[in-house]
Amino acid sequence: MTREMTGAKIVVKALKDQGVDTIFGYPGGAALPIYDEIFQQNDIRHILVRHEQGAVHAAEGYARSTGKVGVCLVTSGPGATNTVTGLTDALLDSIPILVISAQVPTFLIGSDAFQEADTVGITRPCTKHNWLVKDTERLAGTIHEAFHVARSGRPGPVLIDIPKDVQFATGTYAPPKPSTSHYQPKLKGDMDAITELVAAMEKAKRPVFYTGGGVVNSGPAASILLRELVDATGFPVTSTLMGLGSYPASGKNWLGMLGMHGLYEANLAMHGCDLMINIGARFDDRITGRIDAFSPKSKKAHIDIDPSSINKVIKADIPIVGDVAHVLEDILKVWKARGRKTEAESVAKWHSQIEEWRKVRCLDYTPSTTSIKPQYALERLEALTKHRKDRFITTEVGQHQMWAAQFLHFEDPNHWMTSGGLGTMGYGFPASIGVQMAHPEALVINVAGEASWLMNMQEMGTAVQFRLPVKQFILNNERLGMVRQWQDLLHGGRFSHSWSEALPDFVKLAEAFGAKGILCKDPADLDDAIMEMLNHDGPVIFDCLVEKHENCFPMIPSGKAHNEMLLGNAETKGVIDTKGSVLV
Amino acid sequence: MSPLHITKGATSHSAYNLRPSFSEIEERHTLAVLVENEPGVLARVIGLFSGRGYNIESLTVAEVDHTGHLSRITIVTTGTPQVIEQIKAQLGRIVVVHEVHDLTVEGPSVERELAMLKVVGTSEKRVEALRLADIFRASVVDSTLNSFVFEITGAPDKIEAFAELMRPLGLTEIARTGVAALLRGA
Ligand SMILES: Cc1cc2nc3c(=O)[nH]c(=O)nc-3n(C[C@H](O)[C@H](O)[C@H](O)COP(=O)(O)OP(=O)(O)OC[C@H]3O[C@@H](n4cnc5c(N)ncnc54)[C@H](O)[C@@H]3O)c2cc1C
Ligand SMILES: Cc1ncc(C[n+]2csc(CCOP(=O)(O)OP(=O)(O)O)c2C)c(N)n1
Repeated sequence: MTREMTGAKIVVKALKDQGVDTIFGYPGGAALPIYDEIFQQNDIRHILVRHEQGAVHAAEGYARSTGKVGVCLVTSGPGATNTVTGLTDALLDSIPILVISAQVPTFLIGSDAFQEADTVGITRPCTKHNWLVKDTERLAGTIHEAFHVARSGRPGPVLIDIPKDVQFATGTYAPPKPSTSHYQPKLKGDMDAITELVAAMEKAKRPVFYTGGGVVNSGPAASILLRELVDATGFPVTSTLMGLGSYPASGKNWLGMLGMHGLYEANLAMHGCDLMINIGARFDDRITGRIDAFSPKSKKAHIDIDPSSINKVIKADIPIVGDVAHVLEDILKVWKARGRKTEAESVAKWHSQIEEWRKVRCLDYTPSTTSIKPQYALERLEALTKHRKDRFITTEVGQHQMWAAQFLHFEDPNHWMTSGGLGTMGYGFPASIGVQMAHPEALVINVAGEASWLMNMQEMGTAVQFRLPVKQFILNNERLGMVRQWQDLLHGGRFSHSWSEALPDFVKLAEAFGAKGILCKDPADLDDAIMEMLNHDGPVIFDCLVEKHENCFPMIPSGKAHNEMLLGNAETKGVIDTKGSVLV
Repeated sequence: MSPLHITKGATSHSAYNLRPSFSEIEERHTLAVLVENEPGVLARVIGLFSGRGYNIESLTVAEVDHTGHLSRITIVTTGTPQVIEQIKAQLGRIVVVHEVHDLTVEGPSVERELAMLKVVGTSEKRVEALRLADIFRASVVDSTLNSFVFEITGAPDKIEAFAELMRPLGLTEIARTGVAALLRGA
């Protein structure tokens, strides 16, 4: 059925028809017609954030924890420019979100009108695609196409800029129908390449699955198929930061995370394997380290939906362009049809080699009875919350993020939300709000550093207003810890501006917002304090004062190979040379 | 199984290679990209090249299918085979890009460019310019008592050669369209 209505009504109707139940936004002059429509309906909940960056990260948290497209609504000019960091974050981490930005009326575009910004120009490089809609007749179709683009193929952020006169004018509404645009990414992998991979799997003596965010992007079926494939072949499996949860941490073939701060056994398995099967990961520099020394003896298969990911960094011997779930299904089919063969004896030997590496116990740290070690805080958080199937973790960026990835264990995909590609401090708190909105009954914890947390602390207002019981678990080392660690290792311990000075009293801060604050500094009190946080039905700021100069290990310094990993402080003196220090 | 020699924290060798060791030889490729002719599409393509540090030697664009609103962008670029492959994949990712063709690989192809050159001078120089123009099959599209505007079409190196010859004869201005290219044969 098609109908005449105003552009503003079309926006709300199109969102409803796309199944949107929540939008995160902030009003302003150019967006008022749409806000007026939002006021007059009850199907879509609008969450008023306190800064547009918060809206985008909240939409990311919503999207990553549900697999749906997260939606934001902002006004023109500053409202739109405030979304740039979030859009870039979503682009790098392949998160499907839609930002609707209002624009000055079409007849004022180009006149430096009040709150005019070239939003499509500014956001062109940080969106998967964007549109300026100048004609109300094209609005409905553009919105539906925007959802299609955001969630198809390699997901990503899209933006629609809607001038105010287009919101007022009337046009025809058409409901969503299957997209007929030429943008239809290929899902099935090439069967010859898949057969070649299966043949390589049958002969592999030291295979490893290297999984990434693409498994999460592909949807729940991909994780189920991955589990089936890993369990059936008995091959060890590691994951990037972005793929944690796709294979359960309790699974017997689980190696833990790989990469710069990944586990010793995972990195050495990657270094020493003879067959690497990359499933939806992109050979990020946090993974490869020095490229010419990256897994030198292995044949590499790479499954990715985006052809530009293949051969971008590492040459693939067996490239397979397609969707993870589709390709895994075909791999399983072919492998079973060919008789479920593996070099079981060699693979068993490979596992015992991995066991040897595991004995290094790379995550060991020196415990303390006087101060709370950040690792200890996370171990206790894990112990006291792991029984909760509905536990969702978000993080900020820094050492705490890496420790969270090392010490918290994930059994399912979509339960771990972190800013990997852009590394955006200030991501975690608003993301936790988005996750809690999507899962009102769930336990949502943001593992934070005090410096990152302050970057979007204004969202306390949002959490309190909407009664979102998000737990802000701040590992407060009074340092920009990750920066301090690099200065320690790379810049002769000259800690240039890596202190958190003049920190607020977090308990009082929580109270000022009408929330609960908890301070903990004694390891002996930690369990009780965590329980108090968990038992409180409302937002909590947990100020956990931790050891100030703890470094995060293992660490592969930039520009080094996987087998040149640092395991602890003793080994770190002067190991990073000047060539390494130009890297990030 | 070959034993792994793990030197924890070893410093012996450190190098930093952004690019893996595929071929390092730079190649010149001509790409034909079919795009939806929507506002901003050229900015998307150019932004991709500048943002990712790729070279553009020449770029031409015009709508070629008025009913389908499709434009054809011809880009001449240089890079190692891996970079060329990336450029094509990155172009292919742009939502409004319909097709990417590498004419250098799919070839043979013909390449043509149009240029206009203003040559200012009198007496012998003027005569010599006209004589050379004739040899290069350039035509005179404007003339005054002391100037000519020549129009020449051809492969880019022919235009280069012609411009070089005109320089001492009073070349003051040159405008080039950039390369248009088509695959040969049916
Ligand atoms: C301080 C800090 C330290 C870090 N340290 C580490 C570290 O030690 N280890 C680590 O792993 N990361 C680390 N990261 C994160 C790192 O920067 C990258 O974000 C991460 O490694 C990329 O993960 P990924 O390869 O899984 O790719 P993603 O960014 O998740 O990309 C997914 C890939 O899958 C593809 N894809 C998407 N959908 C599909 C589909 N349906 N089917 C098939 N393919 C699909 C995409 O095209 C893309 O190539 C760190 C980040 C920070 C901020
Ligand atoms: C927006 C932004 N600015 C700067 C950085 C660089 N940076 C990375 S980690 C870090 C320190 C983070 O400190 P904190 O949040 O306290 O976490 P910690 O490392 O101490 O756990 C900084 C400044 C960044 N990632 N993001």
